[in-house]
Amino acid sequence: MSKNSELITKPLRQANPITVLILGICSSLAVTAKLKPAIVMALSVTVVTALSNLVISLMRKGIPSKIRIIVQLIVVATLVILVDQFLKAFVYDVSKSLSVFVGLIITNCIVMGRLEAFAMAQKPWPSFLDGIGNGLGYGMILVIVAFFRELFGSGTLFGFRVIPEGLYNFGYMNNGLMILPPMALIIIGIIIWCQKPAEEKK
Amino acid sequence: MESLSIFIRSIFIDNMIFAYFLGMCSFLAVSKNVKTSFGLGIAVTFVLLITVPVNYLLDKYVLSAGALSWLSPAFENVSLDFLSFILFIAIIAAIVQILEMVIEKFSPSLYSSLGIFLPLIAVNCAILGACLFMQEKHFPNIGQAVSYGLGSGIGWMLAITGMAAIREKIRYSHVPKSLQGTGIAFIITGLMGIAFMSFLGITF
Repeated sequence: MSKNSELITKPLRQANPITVLILGICSSLAVTAKLKPAIVMALSVTVVTALSNLVISLMRKGIPSKIRIIVQLIVVATLVILVDQFLKAFVYDVSKSLSVFVGLIITNCIVMGRLEAFAMAQKPWPSFLDGIGNGLGYGMILVIVAFFRELFGSGTLFGFRVIPEGLYNFGYMNNGLMILPPMALIIIGIIIWCQKPAEEKK
Repeated sequence: MESLSIFIRSIFIDNMIFAYFLGMCSFLAVSKNVKTSFGLGIAVTFVLLITVPVNYLLDKYVLSAGALSWLSPAFENVSLDFLSFILFIAIIAAIVQILEMVIEKFSPSLYSSLGIFLPLIAVNCAILGACLFMQEKHFPNIGQAVSYGLGSGIGWMLAITGMAAIREKIRYSHVPKSLQGTGIAFIITGLMGIAFMSFLGITF
């Protein structure tokens, strides 16, 4: 059982898909200007990774290795379509602000990477947990980045004002640079900087 | 004229890497020396140049709302929009496969220099991203789709080649120990992105 729980906890720290393995940065950073889309994105990726890991792991004995990439892409694309339709139906405004980035979960390297590295060789239940772990590890970074960008960029969290009005009267200003896409990369760079020594100490 | 404007915009302003972070995985993994980065850049440009127009035709004549009316007027209200992800990715994977075979047959030297990168392009976010943006932008004719594909590819190539050149030099400088490698690569990309933002004011 401890092995299974390790599958979830490991991707959060030592094997974090974003900061350590550098996977799945592509479709993620543009959605981190605000917390709400970041959380929705994190959940969608977790769902897609976990379910696609489960499905591929169930089918792993029947997939010819020559065409496995196509099979994986089709499974992932189908799941992403389901997620996209779900978002459009229930949280339309968030789905609008995520625009094409929901579709880009298909080519998110985390999903494909886990399918290739884990689900093709493991039993369904561990694969499912591994998918959840990696999705959460990815989501954690998204949420941290979005937290800083929204706090310093707009002075709000989830759209509620956090930085008191009084500060603005004393000349405090929102940092407009935080809203712009390049800051997301710099924040991740700093997260890596903080994380590395902490990992090495262990 | 419109096509030229789209072309310039997609290289500098809507740059795939600096504005949307698409194709970051291979961008960070490959940008270690200029020559391979340039090769990958060429390959990505080539694939974009072909897949974006093909997907444009697919979107226009099969997928979007009322697109099937050329088959029979009965299909006027049919919209296959929800199928676009799966069909786009299938088209991309197929075209990359075909390209791989064609290049192997006609130019073995180019094939061996691109090596492993070519099949990996199928899962490069920049390709699917450009196709989805193309669908969202609703270009009126195929010429604009072509120039969008070409421009995005060249913008991507520009970014990865520039990044590789910087990373070749940075080996000789004193980067803090825990920031070495990927950490500094992220920060450099961010700074380059800020530099590219200065193109925002350009209009045609």
